[in-house]
Amino acid sequence: MVENGIGASLARKEDVRFLTGKGNYTDDINRPGQTYAYLVRSPHAHATINSVDIAAAKTAPGVVGVFVGQDLLDDAVGGLICGASVTGKGGEVNKVPPRNVLTMDKARFVGDPIVVVIAETLAQAKDGAEMVAIDYTELPSTVSTSGADADGAPLLHEECPNNVALDWELGDKAAVDAAFASAAKTAEVELVNNRMVTNAMEPRAAVGEYNSGTDETTLYLTSQNPHVHRLVMSAFMNIAPEHKFRVVAPDVGGGFGSKIFTYNEEAICAWAAKKINRPVKWTSDRSEGFLSDAHGRDHVTKAEMAMDADGKFIGMRVTSQANMGAYLQVFSISIPTLFHGFLLAGQYTTPAIYLEMRCVMTNTAPVDAARGAGRPEATYLLERLVDVAAGVMGLDPAEIRRRNFIKADQMPYQTPVVQCYDSGDYDASLDKALANADYDGFSARQAEAKGRGKLRGIGLSSYIEACGVAPSAAVGSLGVGVGLWESAQVRFNPTGNVTVFTGTHSHGQGHETAFAQLVTERLGVPVENIDVVHGDTAKGQFGMGTYGSRSLAVGGIAIANACDKIVAKGKKIAAHTLEAAEDDIEFAEGSFTVAGTDKTMSIGEVAFTAYVPHNYPEGVEPGLDEIAFFDPLNFSFPAGAHVCEVEIDPDTGTLEIVKYTAVDDFGTLINPMIVEGQVHGGLAHGIGQALLEGCVYDDDSGQLVSGSFMDYCMPRADNLPSFDVDYAPTVPAHNSLGVKGCGEAGAIAAPPAVINAIVNALGIKHLDMPATPEVVWRAAQAAS
Amino acid sequence: MATVSMTVNGQAVSGEVEGRTLLVQFLRENLDLTGTHVGCDTSQCGACVVHVNGDSMKSCTMLALEAEGASVTTIEGLANGGEWHPMQQAFQDNHGLQCGFCTPGMVMSAIDLVNKNPNPDEATIREQLEGNICRCTGYHNIVKAVQQAAKTMGG
Ligand code: FES
Ligand code: FES
Repeated sequence: MVENGIGASLARKEDVRFLTGKGNYTDDINRPGQTYAYLVRSPHAHATINSVDIAAAKTAPGVVGVFVGQDLLDDAVGGLICGASVTGKGGEVNKVPPRNVLTMDKARFVGDPIVVVIAETLAQAKDGAEMVAIDYTELPSTVSTSGADADGAPLLHEECPNNVALDWELGDKAAVDAAFASAAKTAEVELVNNRMVTNAMEPRAAVGEYNSGTDETTLYLTSQNPHVHRLVMSAFMNIAPEHKFRVVAPDVGGGFGSKIFTYNEEAICAWAAKKINRPVKWTSDRSEGFLSDAHGRDHVTKAEMAMDADGKFIGMRVTSQANMGAYLQVFSISIPTLFHGFLLAGQYTTPAIYLEMRCVMTNTAPVDAARGAGRPEATYLLERLVDVAAGVMGLDPAEIRRRNFIKADQMPYQTPVVQCYDSGDYDASLDKALANADYDGFSARQAEAKGRGKLRGIGLSSYIEACGVAPSAAVGSLGVGVGLWESAQVRFNPTGNVTVFTGTHSHGQGHETAFAQLVTERLGVPVENIDVVHGDTAKGQFGMGTYGSRSLAVGGIAIANACDKIVAKGKKIAAHTLEAAEDDIEFAEGSFTVAGTDKTMSIGEVAFTAYVPHNYPEGVEPGLDEIAFFDPLNFSFPAGAHVCEVEIDPDTGTLEIVKYTAVDDFGTLINPMIVEGQVHGGLAHGIGQALLEGCVYDDDSGQLVSGSFMDYCMPRADNLPSFDVDYAPTVPAHNSLGVKGCGEAGAIAAPPAVINAIVNALGIKHLDMPATPEVVWRAAQAAS
Repeated sequence: MATVSMTVNGQAVSGEVEGRTLLVQFLRENLDLTGTHVGCDTSQCGACVVHVNGDSMKSCTMLALEAEGASVTTIEGLANGGEWHPMQQAFQDNHGLQCGFCTPGMVMSAIDLVNKNPNPDEATIREQLEGNICRCTGYHNIVKAVQQAAKTMGG
């Protein structure tokens, strides 16, 4: 057994710098001669821009440059792109309204950037921005997810008639109609999946720098995928050619999806640094972040289930509308379609499923992937519907789930909505979760609470997600514009320590530790002699970055495969040195040994030999440094069962989560401590959505009402309980490490578990998120 | 511009600031102490918490000039030589941080919390950390870290 290998809850290497103030986040970076950028943004949700007068701003103290959209067009800088084209009804691909880096014709949401002012200090840039005069004609706006496509709704883009970017359908409509026609009972629920602001604690930031001597542009930025940022800015935006463009994502303070995308401000810093030949820095205020970061979720949905007399699901129909905001972001249109629709079978054998999804444009910030991305929306509607169905059938929510579960011996299981699950034992997770939550003892606790005037409820959520994003051919055939393989390089230095380059990016997930554990396990080099490097296009090979719980499930395999190549080469070197046949060399725990003898050579000695090849096998290259690219054959399918128990004060609507129990199947855990932390964080995100967080735009003015931490309620320590986290792992068929991904599970599982518990406590059919005290109080009053 | 002088992490420092310069800007920009972070513009997030004369303080709520003559401790000044403060150690031991962005402020708040409540129960810890937002950890392990540190700091 290797020390600190797979399964060890090793303390994190990265903590040392974060706990001593030595982290290096983008806003901590300052370059010689640096200037500061500030964006002039539209105060209107929808307005024609008649004129932009920057003359006074140009002469303001300290101002070194003021630029509008035309300046970027003059330099042939392209617009921001949508990276997915999804084919909808009638074979029609989604519309892609164009987006300039700085908008010129119209402002389409509050915060749409129009002018950038660059000055010696940030204060001077802000003062200069005050002097920009923009003449607008205000237009009527629409921010409504359900109303944006109504007749007469204000039109955002000529390219999107009725504000519809895509009408998408999935599944067998006729089969679903037939199921409903023959159903013994049906259930239905209408619900809203509330818009969220992702709010990583580190605001977005960028520092651009240009070296005229080498013609190289460097961009430091808050990114989950620096290579993808570089690719998009090179291939589509013409900022700089890839080989002359270095993109660095240093320490990044959380991403949760919002830092996947290429944003206006990043492109501006990279472009303007060359334009003015000085470094340009931009750091988002939190208020700017609320306005301009990509938001998440925002669906309005009707879901129906057809059942036979035993409560077996025989057909499901979902009609939904998703708000894409004012422009299509990088993944955008793929989220409510592919990442949502393909998960609608959940853990159940429902044979026929039909989804109609309309993606609409509104005068709001763009909406894109946010922790879970499509899968929380699917899980929420399904797990709510299942509870409503249990009520219709008069069955316990656990029982109706069991009756409909895909059984472990049915794996692999082809669902009617594209995905083929490779592994899972849903009964096992549910049984364990119910035991850990003392489900059987609930009615006694409920009665006891009633004696105190409190309403107690319990709710389940049996979720599944598709992670390990993603098989390139599969996503390519569906219209995603990139391959989703991952890369790794494992480099031995001559002295025997190891540098591992990964194409993934850590912004809190602990890759520097977990990946080192993986390499220790494979190569026997102690973790302290392994450094994991990521986040700099100048250091590592191209990689796709971190999102969709892919870093370990895809990137980890690339690392393991590179390790295997190291061992294969090492065997040749050891065989030569030890004067044995290559086939007789065994490798274990860092030593190459001639089988059945005590002749042995450490991997460090092999590395040294590879770099000092005086006595060396013929035909073998010197050096010990291997690259592997890995493209998965399937998604991974983490799943589990969560149980939430709440207690409500009906007089005030205040609510306490008295117990939250999670049982997850993530396959093998590399570092259980890190995994548990990922679950906790996901749960906080999901509970935040269920109870606290709601992004609100004013219907009339289109203004963002919830534009700061004073109006948008982030989960704080006293809003949350401690969590009971446990596992029921199964072995995935498609993943050689046996891992599945864990970072999004909590955000996916928690919302329905919480709402199911509240609905159970109040004895009602449904209430919408966020279930704030006011919402709960009103529901409690109406119910009593 | 005006000159401001104070003691930061035991060192006497002074610098030129505008009237509107916040303490957090002075620390980050004049002194290059970038361990103290800025996570919001409404004094809600707590990423900027430092100690001013021994009390935790959101350094975005205070002008640099208001700290004239004060003794300020930031995350960079916590360790005693190579030896970590028990709260730093407890955060690592309990995995009380992920991306690390809220961490400096969280640690500084947590130390003040334990200084003022040597034996805090879970509810007290959660209530007292209400001014520090973390998006990553769900607070579970932060609470555990503070409980551990409360023991070691008391002992
Ligand atoms: S920066 Fe958010 S409270 Fe100070
Ligand atoms: S560790 Fe990332 S915000 Fe707290």
